[in-house]
Parts: sequence; C-alpha cells; structure tokens
Amino acid sequence: MISLAYRDIGNSFGRYLFTGLGIGLLIGVTLTMAGVFRGMVEDGRALLTAADADIWVVQQNTLGPFAEPSSLPDDFYRGLLTLEGVDQARNIAYLTLEIGTAENKVRVMLQGIDPSAPIPRLVAGRPLTRPHYELVVDKRSGFHLGDVIPIHRHRYKVVGVTEGMRSPSGDPMVFLPLKDAQEIQFLKDNDAVYRDRKRLQENPRLNPAANPGLIDDVETAFFSNHRVNAILVNVRSGYDSHRVAAEIKKWLRVTAYPKDEMEQILIGNLIAMASKQIGLFLVILTIVTAAIIALTVYSMTQTKLKEIAVLKLIGTPNHLISRMILLEALGLGLIGFLSGKLAVTYWAPLFPKHVVMQVDDTLRALVITLLICVLASIAGIRSALAVPPSSAIGG
Amino acid sequence: MSAVKNIPAIQVENLSKTYGSGASAVTALRDINMTVHTGEVVGLLGPSGSGKTTLLQCLGAILDPSGGHIALGGETLYDDGWKYHDRRALRRDHIGFIFQRPYLIPFMNATENIAFLPMLQGKSNRMAYQRARDLLELLEIAHRADARIEQLSGGEQQRVSIARALANDPPVILADEPTAPLDSHRALIVMKLLHQMAQKAQTAIIVVTHDENIIPLFRRLYYLRDGVLHEEQGEGKPL
Repeated sequence: MISLAYRDIGNSFGRYLFTGLGIGLLIGVTLTMAGVFRGMVEDGRALLTAADADIWVVQQNTLGPFAEPSSLPDDFYRGLLTLEGVDQARNIAYLTLEIGTAENKVRVMLQGIDPSAPIPRLVAGRPLTRPHYELVVDKRSGFHLGDVIPIHRHRYKVVGVTEGMRSPSGDPMVFLPLKDAQEIQFLKDNDAVYRDRKRLQENPRLNPAANPGLIDDVETAFFSNHRVNAILVNVRSGYDSHRVAAEIKKWLRVTAYPKDEMEQILIGNLIAMASKQIGLFLVILTIVTAAIIALTVYSMTQTKLKEIAVLKLIGTPNHLISRMILLEALGLGLIGFLSGKLAVTYWAPLFPKHVVMQVDDTLRALVITLLICVLASIAGIRSALAVPPSSAIGG
Repeated sequence: MSAVKNIPAIQVENLSKTYGSGASAVTALRDINMTVHTGEVVGLLGPSGSGKTTLLQCLGAILDPSGGHIALGGETLYDDGWKYHDRRALRRDHIGFIFQRPYLIPFMNATENIAFLPMLQGKSNRMAYQRARDLLELLEIAHRADARIEQLSGGEQQRVSIARALANDPPVILADEPTAPLDSHRALIVMKLLHQMAQKAQTAIIVVTHDENIIPLFRRLYYLRDGVLHEEQGEGKPL
C-alpha cells in the first residue's frame, strides 16, 4: 500500500522540513529556558558540593552568605570544635569580583578556603597547598594553568583548574587561600587607605601625644580583617547533623543550617525569584510552541482538504486519511524536536549562564511535543473526516 | 454486483433531488427514469444548471437523492434511502469517475494515482502497479509513468484520471465532461477508448457532455432540462 504521508511529505519535502526546523527553533528556545533553570539549580548544588559541609554556621538570624551578609569572627570555629558531635570546622569567605587583566576581565565568585581543603571537580593541576597567592580557577573563567592574575595589589598563580564549578548566578568559581580572600574583601585602594590613616592620626583620642605608639596598634586593627562569612562544620560519624545544628544554635548564639536546609535556602529562596521568572517564561513559551505546532499541523490539513475529498471520492477509507494526518504531524514534531535539541546542543555553550540539558527534561519535552502533535492532528483529522467527497468536484 | 445479460447495469426509477426545504426548496431532479445496459455508452446532455452533475453525483453515491430508486447490476443501492452501508467502498469497487478536471492526487506520480485504487481494493502492490502500467500503455502515456502530476500537461492529466477510473474494472463509469480539457483529436481518442472499454469490459458508461463533436457518436442520448429527463435516439456515428 502506498503511504500517503510519505508521498505527501516527499512532494513538498523542502517546505515540510523548513516548517519542522522553524518549530525546532521554538522547541530549542523552550529547551534552553528549561536548561537555564536546571543550570541555576545545578550551580547552586555545585556550590554546596564544593563546600562539603554537614552544617553551615552563619551570623545569627541571617540566611547565610548566599542570601544575606553574614559575618563571623574567624576564631569562632574553635568554640565549635568543643561541641559534641563536631568533627571539623572550617572558615569560608565568599565574594564576587571582576578579576584578570585589562584585556580579559572576568566576573568570578571568589571562595576563600583553608588551603589544605580538597577542591571538587579538579580536572587539571593541583589543589591549593600554599597559604598565599595561589588560585584554582574554573575552566569557564577562561584562565589557564600557570596564568598569573593580578587581584588588587597582589599577583596570584593559577595552580589548578576545575570544571562545572559556578555560582548560582552563573559566575565561574575561583578558589584561593582564606587569608587572601579576607584581605581582598577588606582591602581598600591607596587613596582610601591614605585618607583613613590621616583621619585616624588626626583623632587625638586614637593618637594621643602622650602615647605615640598607640596609633600603630589602632591602624593594624583597623586595616586587618578577621571576619569570615560562614563556618563549615562536619559532624562525627553517627551524629545527626540536625541535632548538632540545634546544639550549635542553642549554645553559641549563631544560626546553623544543616546541608538540606542550606540547599533549600540556596535553591528555594535565593534562585526562587529567578526560577519563577524562568518558569513563567517557560510556561508561556511552551504554550506558544504548542499553539504554533497545533496551528501548523491544522493548517497543513486545511491546505489538503481538496486532496482529502478526492481520496474519499475514490474510496479511500478514513483510517488511511487519519493515519496520513497523524504521521505527518508526528513527523513534524519529531523533526522539530530533533532540530531543537541539536540547536540547543550547539548554542548552549555560547550562553553566559550554565545550560543543563537533563535526560528527563529532554524526554519530557519529546513526549509533550508528540502529544501536542497528536492533539493537533485530532483537530485536523476531525475537519478532514467532515469534508464531503462531493467537495472534490465543487459539488 | 456482476453484470448479467438482460439486467440493466444502471436502473433509475422516479429519482428526485431537492435542495433545501420549504419556500426556499429547489428541485434539481424530478422523477428521473433511466436505464443503461452493460457495454453501452450513453450521452447525457442539457444546459448548464439543468441537473446533469446532480444526477451523476446521485448515481455515484456522492450525493443523497431525495427519493426514488437506483440499482446497479440489478442490486438496489437506493430505495428512498441508501441500502449500501459503505458507500465509499461502493464507489471504489463499482463506479469509475471521470471529471471535467482530472482531480488527481498531487503528491502521487501518474502510476501511483492509478495503482492506488487496486491497492485500496486489496490487490498486491505488484498487481496494482502492473495494472497501472497497462492502462498508461493503453492511454499512450507510459512514457510519463513516473512524472509528478504538476509535470503533466492538462491532456496527460485527464488521461491519467481516465486510467484511474478504469483501474478497478468498474461495471459503471460516470464521466462528467471528460473531453472538455482536450483538443478535438484527443477527445475522439478518449471517446473511442470509452467505447472500447464499454465493449471489452461490459461497462456501462454515462457521459455528460456539451461537446458538439462527440454528441453524434452516441446511439442513445438523455436530455435533462429543468430537472426532467427525456430520452432520444442518437446518430451513433462510428468512431
């Protein structure tokens, strides 16, 4: 039996293909939006994975360093180590900064860590080993192993490269020793230092004539930073992190979040607004895509009503006509989906944000696309079956 | 529904067709009586709007009559209502249509347009294509077998549509001005072919025409005027 769908597609293959590709671009944009959302979530999780903590200790009544300013003294971790169930406690500092040379400025999220701490997703070089002037950069930053990067007054050497380590806002992550991060966080430019120093020296209470050495101590205290953004705690084996977190909150007047709560803050709260926006955009885009697919499939049938009437006139049964419409609709959806997926694969790396294509999302999109095609073809089939054969001959 | 001697291939009694109802009703056919025997080619004449196409569409089970009786090969198809459940299968298996315009399927080539009908009837692809090739040969367009419809001239398209009408060896062919798009030479060839088909395959053929050149070829003519049918003897000039 001659396949009506195959013959009809073959007869106007160019138009059919380009229609499919047009739908594909729309599907591609929809998939990209889903990918951007997934990317934000994955980057948020990557941040938590990088921290490798069971509990996040942050400034009291704050949501932690990703949502609100959080500041703790850098010797506070010692107190944490005395609590039952606490195995390790590490300081950590975060700041977002533009780094690099004048020609190549990159916005990054700096993460100040204990130089002995492991670094996840390291793909080249080594972790930090020295207490100062070393960096481990993410591939996405564009820096390479051995690059020397100036940050404020100092120059840092890239000793390691990670892959897929980004902040939830898509900035590549850069690891450096905690002390350096603290200094960068607090370091002012020369003019500001000069003005502050002058102001301190002109204050008679801080620079009394009777005690000329006092100003040196005041300046040291004023220009040094002993604050961190959070302390990462690992609990001993067999201890429940929620219970240990409750103990920390009870005794030390800080806020402590177990990992799952921090994940909720990071993903549920911090990127909630962005994800809602993307989600809404995704819904609108899906509806538009569905409407366009439906309209295209329906129009395809409408332009063939005369031929369908002829087919009915010469005795073609309804199931063959229905199959033609359904197969053409599914073919269009398949071309659209495959070209859309291909487009996303090629254009996703060009996006500044991390675009993650999950297999689940891809399969879901395929099923939705085919479902829309089936629904659209039902409308087309209904109109085709309603055509009287006499309309083929103008009767 | 095979053609049997002395049983008319087409028997129409008191057939009527009215469009609309009440004050706006228009009667297109009034008590039509018509008999066409197997192997016979009859002409159906009449001015525009006289109801020729309506009659053909009623006979072809395309249009519902308002009343009357239609029998093909002795089998009642319509008796104040259709007796044949699957009218599409009836058209496919028993009636060949030739129209003023070819009405071919544009996404099939010439051979496929013809072979599609035997395939619908359940014949194998090989047999269907062979039948299509034979008919293309018969109609002298075998060299255009693989051509797409838009690549064929008007005359070639019409010949393909005639071949399609013959593809299933139907006992009845209804032809609505089949020679209209053809030049007089081709028109005569088509008429000769229809007469040959009528003789060879014992097919009953009704030809609606306005063509002055082919009217003398019919032995029997039906004139339709204002929905009323009159029978007349034709010249029956040899082809």
